[in-house]
Amino acid sequence: MSSSPLIQVSDVCKSFDGGRTFAVRNASLAVAQGAFISLVGASGSGKTTLLKFINRLIDPDTGSVCIDGKNTVAMEITELRRSIGYVFQNAGLFPHLTVGENIGMTPQLLGWPSVKIAARIEELLDLVELPASYATRRPATLSGGERQRVGVARALAARPKIVLMDEPFGALDPITRDIVGATYRRLHNLLGLTTVMVTHDVQEAILLGDRIAVMKGGRVIALDTPRALMAGNQADDVIALMSMPKRQAEQVRVAIEPSDSQHA
Amino acid sequence: MSLSSLAIVNMHEQISAALQLLPNYLGQHTLLCASSLSLGVLFALPLAVLAARRPRIRFWVLSITGLVQTVPGLALLAMFYPLLLGLSDVTRALLGIDIPALGFLPSVAALTLYSMLPIVRNGVAGFVGIDPAVLEAADAVGMTPRQRFVRVEAPLAAPVVMAGIRTAAIWTIGTATLSTSVGQTSLGNYIFAGLQTQNWVFVLFGCIAAAVLASVADQLLGLIEVGLSAGKRGLTCLGVAGLAAGFGLTLIPLGAVTATGYVVGAKNFTEQYILAELISRQIKEAGARAERQENLGSAIAFRAVANGEIDVYVDYTGTLWTNVMRRRDLVTPAQMQQQLTQWLAREYGVVLLGSLGFENAYVFAMRRDRAAALGITSIADLRQHSAQLTLGTDFEFLVRPEWTMIKNTYQFDFAVKRSFEPTFMYRAVLDRSVDVISAFSSDGRIASDDLLVLNDPMHAIPSYEAVVLISPKRSKDRVLMDALTPLLGRISVEKMREANLMVDRGSNKASPQDAAEYLARSIGLRELRAASAP
Repeated sequence: MSSSPLIQVSDVCKSFDGGRTFAVRNASLAVAQGAFISLVGASGSGKTTLLKFINRLIDPDTGSVCIDGKNTVAMEITELRRSIGYVFQNAGLFPHLTVGENIGMTPQLLGWPSVKIAARIEELLDLVELPASYATRRPATLSGGERQRVGVARALAARPKIVLMDEPFGALDPITRDIVGATYRRLHNLLGLTTVMVTHDVQEAILLGDRIAVMKGGRVIALDTPRALMAGNQADDVIALMSMPKRQAEQVRVAIEPSDSQHA
Repeated sequence: MSLSSLAIVNMHEQISAALQLLPNYLGQHTLLCASSLSLGVLFALPLAVLAARRPRIRFWVLSITGLVQTVPGLALLAMFYPLLLGLSDVTRALLGIDIPALGFLPSVAALTLYSMLPIVRNGVAGFVGIDPAVLEAADAVGMTPRQRFVRVEAPLAAPVVMAGIRTAAIWTIGTATLSTSVGQTSLGNYIFAGLQTQNWVFVLFGCIAAAVLASVADQLLGLIEVGLSAGKRGLTCLGVAGLAAGFGLTLIPLGAVTATGYVVGAKNFTEQYILAELISRQIKEAGARAERQENLGSAIAFRAVANGEIDVYVDYTGTLWTNVMRRRDLVTPAQMQQQLTQWLAREYGVVLLGSLGFENAYVFAMRRDRAAALGITSIADLRQHSAQLTLGTDFEFLVRPEWTMIKNTYQFDFAVKRSFEPTFMYRAVLDRSVDVISAFSSDGRIASDDLLVLNDPMHAIPSYEAVVLISPKRSKDRVLMDALTPLLGRISVEKMREANLMVDRGSNKASPQDAAEYLARSIGLRELRAASAP
C-alpha cells in the first residue's frame, strides 16, 4: 500500500438515535489508489453507513473522511458527489427519464455540451455491453441485470476516479450477478478506478475484491487480502465469516456426491 | 293542434331560448372556473410541497382544507358576501377603494378554496409517495436540492397532482353553478331561473351544459395526466392546447359585451324576473344599456342597491319596513311609504321612486276544501287547529319579522313547518303535504290553483306595496328616472298576477321577457322597437 491512501476514513462514529446505539463506532479505513475493496459484514454492522460517509450522503457525528488528503467537509458537497460514482442495490434509476438521460445526468449537471454527453452515453452503453438503441428506452422496460448495467454506466459517466457500490449485484439472479460483476471488474481495471463495494456475499467479495474489510458492530475489525484473512491468527468472527464459502462448497460437494466410493 | 304537439313546440322554443343564452353563460362559467382553478393550483401546490416535507404541518394543512370542503358550496359562497362587504368598508376607509361584494369576486374566492383540497391531498400523496431510493440517487449524482425538486420530485409527483387537479376541475365546474345566487352569471342561471319559473327544460339544459363542460375539461386534463405519467410529451401538449383552445373559444362572446350600462337587480322569484325585464325594457327604450343581476336574496338585494352594485330593483314596503328599517309597529300604507322614502334617502341615499301600483303581501293560503272542513276563514281561526296543521313556506319567511309579528299577534304556532322553493311550496299545498302556505298575494297561482286567502283581522301583516328603489349613485340620473316613471302606479295586482301566471303555469309557458312585454303593452306603453342598434 502506498504511503498516502486515496480515501482515508478516520475514527468515524454515527448514531441515528441520539447516542444510545451506534451504527458506526470508531471505524477507520484506508483505500489506496486503484484498489478494489469489498466491505463485508452482517446486516446492521454499519457497512452501508460507512460507505455513505465517503460521498457525504450521510455525515459522521465525529471523525473525518479525506480524499486525496483533503477533508470532504471542506469540499462543495455537490462537487464531491459529482466526482464520485455511486451504484445502488436496485440501480436507483430515475423512472421518468430514458436510459440515456439517466446515464447523462451527472455530465449534464456538470454542464457538459450536449454533443459530448451523447457521445459519452454511447460509449458507456458499449462499455457495459448494452446495445446503443437502449438509450431511448425507459428503465421499466429493462431486465434487472440490464438496469444494473445502466446503473454502473451512470456512475461512470463523468469519469470519476472513485466508485462506491452498495450491494450492487445483490438483487440479481446468481448467473446474471456473475456476468455483471465480471463486467464491472473488467471496467475497474480498464479505467483505473478505485472501488469500495458493500456486499453481504462473502464469495462475491472474494471473487471481485483485491482486499476485504470486515465490519462488526460498527467497527472495521480486519482489512487484508482474502488469502491473508483466511489464514490463521485472525479473530474468530473473521474466520467464521471468511471460511463460509469454503464450508458451503464442501456441503455442496457432499450433497451432490452422496457416495465417494462411486467416483473414487 | 293536439296538446302533445303544442308541448313539443313549446319545448323547442325553450331550447332555442336557452341556446341563445348559452354563449354568455358558458363564457362566464368557464372564466369563473378557470380563474378559480388556476388560483387553487397556485395556492395548493406550495402548500402541498410544504406539507409533504413537514409531517407536522401536513396534519394541519389537510385538516383545514378538508374542513373547508365540508362546508356546503352554497354556504361558502354566501359567507363571502358579508366578508367582502366588511373588507370593502376597510379598504374604503383606508384607500378609498370599494371591493365588489357580489358577482365574480365572492364566487372566485369560494371556488378557489373549494378546489384546493383535492390538489393539496394529491400533491402530498404525490410527493410523499416517491421512492426514497430515487431521491437518494438524485443526491448521489450530485443534484442540488433545487435540481432534485425540478428534475426528479416534481416530474414524479406530476401525474398524481394532475389527477387531483382533474378532481378539482370537476368539483369546481359543478359547484360554480351555485354562484348564480351571489349574482355571478353562470350555467347555474338556467337552473335557478328554471326552478323558479317551473321551466324544466331550462333546469335540464343547465345540468347538461355543466356536465358536458365538466367532462370535456376532465378528458383534456386526463390527456395531460396520461402524457405526464407515460412521459409522452405529445399527449401533454395536445391536452394543454385543447384546454387553451376551449377556454379561448368560450371567452369570445364575453369580449363582445363591452361598456356596462345600468344594472337591474332581481330577487329570486318570477315576479322579480318579469319586473327586471320590464325595467330593462324601459331603459333600453330610452337608448341606454341594461344588464341584470338576478336571484339575489332579499337582504342581499337591498345592500347591493345601497352599495351601488345594482342600480335599480323592485322591493316591497313591508319588507323594507320590517327587515331594513327594523320597525315592529304598523302604520297605514301611505304613511309607511312616506316614512320609508325619507328614511332610505337619509340613511342610505337610496331613492324610493314610487309604487308600481300593486301589493305583493305575504298571505296565508289554504286549499278551499281543507279550510272548509276545518271551518277556517281567517288567520285567527288557525289557532284552535294549529296543533295539527303543517305550514309550508319559502326559505325566508320563518326567519322574517313578519312571522314573529303574526305569532305574537295571534298567539299560536304550527305543529310542523317546512321550507320549500316557492314553486314546490304551491305544489305542496295542492297535494296536501302541507295545510297552509305563506303565499304571495300577487302570485297568479292563488287564483289558478283556487286557493283561499285567509283574512288578517288583527292586521298583523304590514302592507307590501311594490316600489322602485334606485342606488345613491344614480339618484340624480334623469335618464333612469324618466325611463321608469311611466311604470309608477300603472300595474294593478290583476295585471301582475296575469303576467306571473303566464310564466308559472304548467303548459304553454311564456318567458319572463314575454310576460314583461305583455305587461308593458297592457298598461299602454309603446311597443319596443325591434333590436335598436346600440
